[in-house]
Amino acid sequence: MMTIDDIEKRILAEVADIHKTPTGAYNIRYNGKAQSRNSTENIVISSKEDGTGIDIRIKDGTVNQSCCIPVVIAKTGLKDVVTNDFYIGENCDVQIVAGCGIHNCGDQDSQHDGLHRFFIGKNSKVKYVEKHYGEADDGSKGGNIMNPVTEIYLDEGAFMEMESTQIKGIDSTNRVTKAEIKKDAKLIVRERLLTNGTQEAESRIDADLIGENSSANIISRSVATDKSKSVFYSRIVGKAPCSGHSECDAIIMDDAKVLALPGLDALSPDAALIHEAAIGKIAGEQLIKLETLGLTPEEAEAAIIDGFLK
Amino acid sequence: MLKLENIRYEVADEKGSDKEILKNITLDIPEGKFVVITGPNGGGKSTLAKIIAGIYKPADGKIFFDGEDITDCSITDRANKGISFAFQQPVRFKGIEVLDLIRLAAKDKNLTPADACKYLSEVGLCARDYINREVDASLSGGELKRIEIATVLARKSRLTVFDEPEAGIDLWSFQNLIKVFEHIKELTKGTVIIISHQERILDIADEIIVIEKGEIASKGSRDEILPGILGSDAAVSMCHVQKEAMPRV
Ligand SMILES: Nc1ncnc2c1ncn2[C@@H]1O[C@H](COP(=O)(O)OP(=O)(O)OP(=O)(O)O)[C@@H](O)[C@H]1O
Ligand SMILES: [Mg+2]
Repeated sequence: MMTIDDIEKRILAEVADIHKTPTGAYNIRYNGKAQSRNSTENIVISSKEDGTGIDIRIKDGTVNQSCCIPVVIAKTGLKDVVTNDFYIGENCDVQIVAGCGIHNCGDQDSQHDGLHRFFIGKNSKVKYVEKHYGEADDGSKGGNIMNPVTEIYLDEGAFMEMESTQIKGIDSTNRVTKAEIKKDAKLIVRERLLTNGTQEAESRIDADLIGENSSANIISRSVATDKSKSVFYSRIVGKAPCSGHSECDAIIMDDAKVLALPGLDALSPDAALIHEAAIGKIAGEQLIKLETLGLTPEEAEAAIIDGFLK
Repeated sequence: MLKLENIRYEVADEKGSDKEILKNITLDIPEGKFVVITGPNGGGKSTLAKIIAGIYKPADGKIFFDGEDITDCSITDRANKGISFAFQQPVRFKGIEVLDLIRLAAKDKNLTPADACKYLSEVGLCARDYINREVDASLSGGELKRIEIATVLARKSRLTVFDEPEAGIDLWSFQNLIKVFEHIKELTKGTVIIISHQERILDIADEIIVIEKGEIASKGSRDEILPGILGSDAAVSMCHVQKEAMPRV
């Protein structure tokens, strides 16, 4: 049996919805080392020979299975770098959960830089859920830093839906997501980001639509409060008859700053690319409506943000 | 139960001088009544409703609810004392689902979807299709309007003000909507104020108040007021304009 201390328990619940020993395939990384692991017949997890991370191999035709690879850091001053590669066969339908949580108990920065590469076989469906969360002991000055890189290679007819959420406690983040999308393949990315205090978050998404009838839909929602800063870049490149859509919506509050730089790059006359972007305060009429339902202005604001980031 | 005393409201016009929207409105709305406020476009009806809900503060005058002076109460306080307001143009929210909104309205985080569905069914929406829809731009105008009414129903307030609830609602559903209003009166034993231009709604009123150019032009029981409105030039020309603006089905 693995031993899970309280901090770890809480973080696992927060980032991966794990409340006891998980079932199915999983790999829990704790303070920079693999702590526990389980492979299944169809999902095999192994350490890379050079020790830089793990390989996850999913057999052709694996359906309705999931794999969970959370990372917990409960140390101050740890810089954890890891590369995880997912080789997903053909005709699969799987869910992958990869959360990361940092509990910083001291005055040094703790950092997790994870590179996740997804090689998704023909006609496979993958739902990828990634949650980032940070917390600190009272009075500790160390920052929580996460710089995730996600590379996605979608073979013909494959589908990936990526959901990334960072709602709390990450002081600095620099997120990069890159995708290459072949014929009839489809990518959906939903990103939710909340920054407060003096946090800074930057997210860059590049999607290359290289095959006929490929598509990408990128939906980013962010809320920036206090003195935080949030930056969003996206670039959808259409190299074939394809469709791309990106939508970036930000609520800005207090003294926060938000920068959104969406980019569309059509290299084929049959690339249909659309972008929508909006940055603004919470609409006054939304607050008023919820106040007429009996919510205080503060409760109304919280309800609006909750819904927006859900 | 609701008393307005000498309510005046003004806004700064384009030139920066004051424009009077409501002039000296005094009203006494008794308990358990079905009151319809009508009158020409731009007369000040919505403004008056917003003053009752606390969204606008009057320049002069006082508002009493159950004898208590609520002139300086916030929107939230008034809502919690039992005043509800259904907007003429309902607000949309990204990410908030119909169920969330009904739960907020009912002040019950654990309200079951089944219970929430009752309110939707009441306004003629197939509840299962809507309960998890977001209250965002994907809803049609009529759908949004019904959801607005459903959230207000969930509050079961003693005083409910509906601002043109019929707008955008199709004829078939309109029939049922009338039943909803009758039902609220039974349910809450409270008072319902409806701002409306519809004869069918005027028909079920206990009292009718006509507001024109920021003033009460007339008020009284339905039998006293209705014949006058239907015969008057103002109502005829107003209906005419509305019909023209309506797309033909
Ligand atoms: N902020 C404002 N600035 C200028 N004029 C305003 C403002 N708010 C309201 N008004 C004016 O006040 C008048 C009353 O508006 P109100 O919305 O109360 O009318 P209404 O009776 O509800 O009309 P309708 O039947 O068209 O809904 C209108 O002439 C409107 O243009
Ligand atoms: Mg109006």
